Amino acid sequence: MTAFLESLLRALPGSAAQGLIWGIMAIGVYVTYRMLDYADLTVDGSIATGGAVCVMLILGGVNPWFALVAAFAAGAIAGLVTGLLHAVFGIPPILSGILSQLALYSVNMRILGKSNQAVSVDKYSLILSSRENMHAVLICAVAIAVLIGILYWFFGTEMGSAIRATGSNPNMSRSQGINTNRMKILGLSISNGLVGLSGGLLAQYSGAADVKMGQGAIVIGLAAVIIGQVIFGKLFRNTAIKFLSVVFGAILYYIVISIVVRLGLSPTDLKMFSAILVALFLALPSIKESIKSAKMMRQGKNA
Amino acid sequence: MLEIKNLTKTFYKGTVNERTALDNISLSLKDGDFVTVIGGNGAGKSTLLNAIAGVWQPCSGSIKLGGKELVGLPEHKRAKYLGRVFQDPMMGTAPDMMIEENLAIAARRGKCRNLKWMIGKIEREDYRELLKILELGLEDRLSSKVGLLSGGQRQALTLLMAAMKTPKLLMLDEHTAALDPKTAAKVLELSDMIIQENSLTALMVTHNMKEAIKHGNRLIMMDSGKIVLDIEGDEKKALTVEELIARFTAKSGESFAGDRALLG
Repeated sequence: MTAFLESLLRALPGSAAQGLIWGIMAIGVYVTYRMLDYADLTVDGSIATGGAVCVMLILGGVNPWFALVAAFAAGAIAGLVTGLLHAVFGIPPILSGILSQLALYSVNMRILGKSNQAVSVDKYSLILSSRENMHAVLICAVAIAVLIGILYWFFGTEMGSAIRATGSNPNMSRSQGINTNRMKILGLSISNGLVGLSGGLLAQYSGAADVKMGQGAIVIGLAAVIIGQVIFGKLFRNTAIKFLSVVFGAILYYIVISIVVRLGLSPTDLKMFSAILVALFLALPSIKESIKSAKMMRQGKNA
Repeated sequence: MLEIKNLTKTFYKGTVNERTALDNISLSLKDGDFVTVIGGNGAGKSTLLNAIAGVWQPCSGSIKLGGKELVGLPEHKRAKYLGRVFQDPMMGTAPDMMIEENLAIAARRGKCRNLKWMIGKIEREDYRELLKILELGLEDRLSSKVGLLSGGQRQALTLLMAAMKTPKLLMLDEHTAALDPKTAAKVLELSDMIIQENSLTALMVTHNMKEAIKHGNRLIMMDSGKIVLDIEGDEKKALTVEELIARFTAKSGESFAGDRALLG
């Protein structure tokens, strides 16, 4: 038991680092899924695009910080394409995301040249690496603090509020003169930009970009959003802190993953586990509701 | 002010479901006119407002507001000139946003939305003053989510938002139909007050004949996509429900099947 706890404790910085990196991605998912009410599946592709762009630029001698900026931009362009498919051509949200995701696989292959491209921390001065988890946690924590600050400001501006209004009530938004199509495109770009950025960080952290690194990313993002909301939702009302609860959700997710792996779950079963976890958290409200009505029924019978 | 000419809208054109919702309508409103629009279900009342708001483009015709042609402009571009309150209290406000945020969004109707922080201290005070008019206590709940408000409170707020930037035309689309009688009366009273104080030009759709007669300076009745009656001035002041029904029957050659229109 103590050996188990010790190994868990040792793994904690790694879980925290991964949680923080995926937390940035989850903030992106939060922007589309919660704020825009848009289930965007582009992210599975755009996270790998971010990683690929970042790694290839670093290999080409570009500063790793600048490579991250490029990763954000690449992700944002992917989001822009999804937004255009939906807003200009009227393709339904889910389908427009799936189309971009599919196309991005080929794009990512083109960028990487092969399915996996390593970037060694020994040869390049990467911002963070899984070899030094505490350092990675520190870097990511600062990055997230800055990002949340920027996003909090942005979603309080006239433009950011117009994005939120579009997600909350598109009818009202149009009747108040908001170009809802433009706001959806903008929101999707910002969201996928964050996802691309997270992909860039992830590639540096793990020392490689892989064309499959985004597989199932949307589920991890949703898990973080939903776990964050279920556990911290009642505590936090402020928008900035809501972003933070999403990051906590991601960290919690990775701690849970590291526990179940240590309990003997095979890594290949993790995706199944993630899917069940997300389904469970998504089902929670309706499970609660049916328990409540069952209780009421019993009370009614006894009365 | 508002000049509608030969406006036609046909839904599902060329199919068995083809339906002419607006049939070559022409209507002219003077500055400051407060027109009530009445008619049975499917008469084309809401369709008329949707056509003006730009929810879709008409098949033919022209809609000029203050000399500017609206046909061809998308909905969000027409919003600059229009204020609108919907029948469904859920439609006019953003439920996930605070009362003050909803007002701030309405305050920027027709303006470019840039990267300025939306709500400052001065603005918050303005909103508080504005909300006092409603006498619903909302001025003390500026940071409450609008989703927590009752239907009546939301309609009152929507009304305030619609009138905020002094629209060239205020459109009320059966905006009290989903409310309980007491709240409906209160919202109607507010509408009257806001229209008068800002001397707005307004179109108010209603199902209720009494309301249509009581409010505004002009009444039009619609049937099968056409305007069948247009009564204004002293003639409207002297109008009674019985007379209105009689005139409708004479005009359309059928008895007025105003199920809901007769109630209230």
